Amino acid sequence: MQRMACSFPDEVLEHVFSFVQCDNDRNAISTVCKSWYKIERWSRRRVFVGNCYAISPGMVIRRFPELRSIELKGKPHFADFNLVPDGWGGYVAPWISAMAAAYPWLEEIRLKRMVITDENLELIAKSFKNFKVLVLSSCEGFSTEGLAAVAANCRNLRELDLRESEVEDLSGHWLSHFPDDYTSLVSLNIACLGCEVSFSALERLVGRCPNLRTLRLNRAVPLDKLANLLRRAPQLVELGTGAYSSELRPDVFSNLSGAFSGCKELKSLSGFWDVVPGYLPAVYPICCRLTTLNLSYATIQSPDLIKLVGQCQNLQRLWVLDYIEDAGLDAVAASCKGLRELRVFPSDPFGPEPNVLLTEQGLVSVSEGCPKLQSVLYFCRQMSNAALMTIARNRPNMTRFRLCIIEPGTPDYLTLQPLDVGFGAIVEHCKDLQRLSLSGLLTDRVFEYIGTYAKKLEMLSVAFAGESDLGLHHVLSGCENLRKLEIRDCPFGDKALLANAAKLETMRSLWMSSCSVTFGACKLLGQKMPRLNVEVIDERGPPDSRPERCPIEKLYIYRTVAGPRFDMPGFVWTIDEDSAMRLS
Amino acid sequence: MERCMAFDKELNLEATELRLGLPGIKESEKQPFSTIKSNKRAFPNMDEKSCGSKDGSKASHAQKCNQEIASPAKAQVVGWPPVRSYRKNCFQAKTMESEATSAYLKVSMDGAPYLRKIDLKVYKGYPELLKALEDMFKFSVGDYSESEGYNNGSEFVATYEDKDGDWMLVGDVPWDMFISSCKRLRIMKGSEARGLGCAV
Repeated sequence: MQRMACSFPDEVLEHVFSFVQCDNDRNAISTVCKSWYKIERWSRRRVFVGNCYAISPGMVIRRFPELRSIELKGKPHFADFNLVPDGWGGYVAPWISAMAAAYPWLEEIRLKRMVITDENLELIAKSFKNFKVLVLSSCEGFSTEGLAAVAANCRNLRELDLRESEVEDLSGHWLSHFPDDYTSLVSLNIACLGCEVSFSALERLVGRCPNLRTLRLNRAVPLDKLANLLRRAPQLVELGTGAYSSELRPDVFSNLSGAFSGCKELKSLSGFWDVVPGYLPAVYPICCRLTTLNLSYATIQSPDLIKLVGQCQNLQRLWVLDYIEDAGLDAVAASCKGLRELRVFPSDPFGPEPNVLLTEQGLVSVSEGCPKLQSVLYFCRQMSNAALMTIARNRPNMTRFRLCIIEPGTPDYLTLQPLDVGFGAIVEHCKDLQRLSLSGLLTDRVFEYIGTYAKKLEMLSVAFAGESDLGLHHVLSGCENLRKLEIRDCPFGDKALLANAAKLETMRSLWMSSCSVTFGACKLLGQKMPRLNVEVIDERGPPDSRPERCPIEKLYIYRTVAGPRFDMPGFVWTIDEDSAMRLS
Repeated sequence: MERCMAFDKELNLEATELRLGLPGIKESEKQPFSTIKSNKRAFPNMDEKSCGSKDGSKASHAQKCNQEIASPAKAQVVGWPPVRSYRKNCFQAKTMESEATSAYLKVSMDGAPYLRKIDLKVYKGYPELLKALEDMFKFSVGDYSESEGYNNGSEFVATYEDKDGDWMLVGDVPWDMFISSCKRLRIMKGSEARGLGCAV
């Protein structure tokens, strides 16, 4: 074997490796032998770092000297729901500084849940001459000033995607900073911006970029301007409208309808804030081509939704509010036979009573009518074991199943039993399930099912469930492919955590908040497991100042080869040398 | 039991009562697990563990938080349901008009050569608004009085036109109601305003 490997010149191996793009395969190649490791590291162009604290920028740069593309993720997922206090971390600054020096030819930066400042954006704009792609997903810390720097300096920019980031809106003029001779824009997503961008600058930009295929506007772009934009970019594949409301006027309507009809490549629609139902028929001509439809901001009622969705025979992905109701989902089940992904969001998540006729039945219908359905996110107020078992049997091809029953601890509404067997059926039948979110009344039994059957599960989200440490133990000891586990408000304590300490090194991260973990256990874990960072997040002051038995607020554990991080705020407590001595 | 519950509901004792319900009480009401916790937790689940048999703990699990029952506005748990904040902002803006980012309206003053515009959203209440008007037009109003509104014998009085087109005295209704119904402001000469103030 060794002789075979050496008989190929490096250039040949490198050429062969260039056909291997998948990260896992590249990682595998690099472990074959030293010479393959060497060749692979010089030829790696793209790296994905799932936890920015798992490794240091220096280590990445030392190993991969010729990167063109990097993707980094920062805060844990529960930060999306305000469970991670401000200032926790996820700063991209050290990465940008290091890469500015090491990778002058860097082309792509993709960040998720990280903090990026205007200074960082300016450094990007100045340092990378061939910069092409900037994707900031759920990021924060920057303003429209930073965007202006990117627009002004990145002459080869293809993609600027601000996906759900929090941007400080100082002015809409940033868009005018794209030079007049700049024509390479392919994808622009500014849907999250609050301010009005200069509309004439936007029109000119759209008009001079012939390769533009994705344009997601923000709410401030009025409907009567949309037709003009569409006529300048009939080649668009993905469109996000601005506010979809205007006084009903036949001339505006026909102009809009004509503009939509002219977009023969349009496959994805989103936006639809403040929808005036009278304008929906303007998109009917293109519905048959749509593969993705995001109506999750559209506060329109079921009948209008049914008319729209009923024409989308080629739909693969549908995001919608629960205004669609069971009747609407029946229509989806009947019309959208190619549906792969369904997300139903709550229109009134904090109301005490249901405001729409959406129940478990809608999901059951879709699971029956859509044979390719594999990804579900569903908010509802009632569920039954029977429904879950039906869904499981209908859709053994399910890979992502996230169910949120709005009221914590809600039992099966028919039998008043916990929903253990229902979710058990999901994990038993859906053998390729990668992601699962639980809700409703659940005992330790559901975790026993998960540990027994969910062998391909990679991410599990648990809230208000379980009865004892046994629940957590089932999951940690049974789920062989578990990478991310996030838990809130469950009666899980020290025992399962300490008994499965080694498992934590095989996972990316574990989050536990409002559980029953003590600081003592965290200290022990931190001492015993040097390749884990055990972060206790507690805003009540030093955990040592409270009785041993008092549970900590939040715990975030992640594996790392970079050691403890240097940017921890005051409310993050970790094991350090001193307290280790004190303990003994 | 039913009569007792009805009586309790009338007195609204349940809103203030602290008790742990025994398994079996109020089976028909789904109790929110989270209402006892607010943002900080004590040891509720530790008690849960020592609760005995699985069945017993299941029932008490559901009945555990039999504490806040009568109040219609439930205590909200942080981050639950797991809906991102940009999604929540979307509906609130639709259902509550007052969530609009600005509410510029015209302000005229009798005798002044031109009108001004102010953004009502910027002010938190009547005193702030009137102070701003006083500064803008260089006049003064007095304190609020039931009979004469913000007048109290000064030369000018602040009035506004509401949604129905009627001219009203500033200060009568709660601030939130005022900003959602006010379409324009007029600082009237005291002599003209007498009629308004004297109504009933």
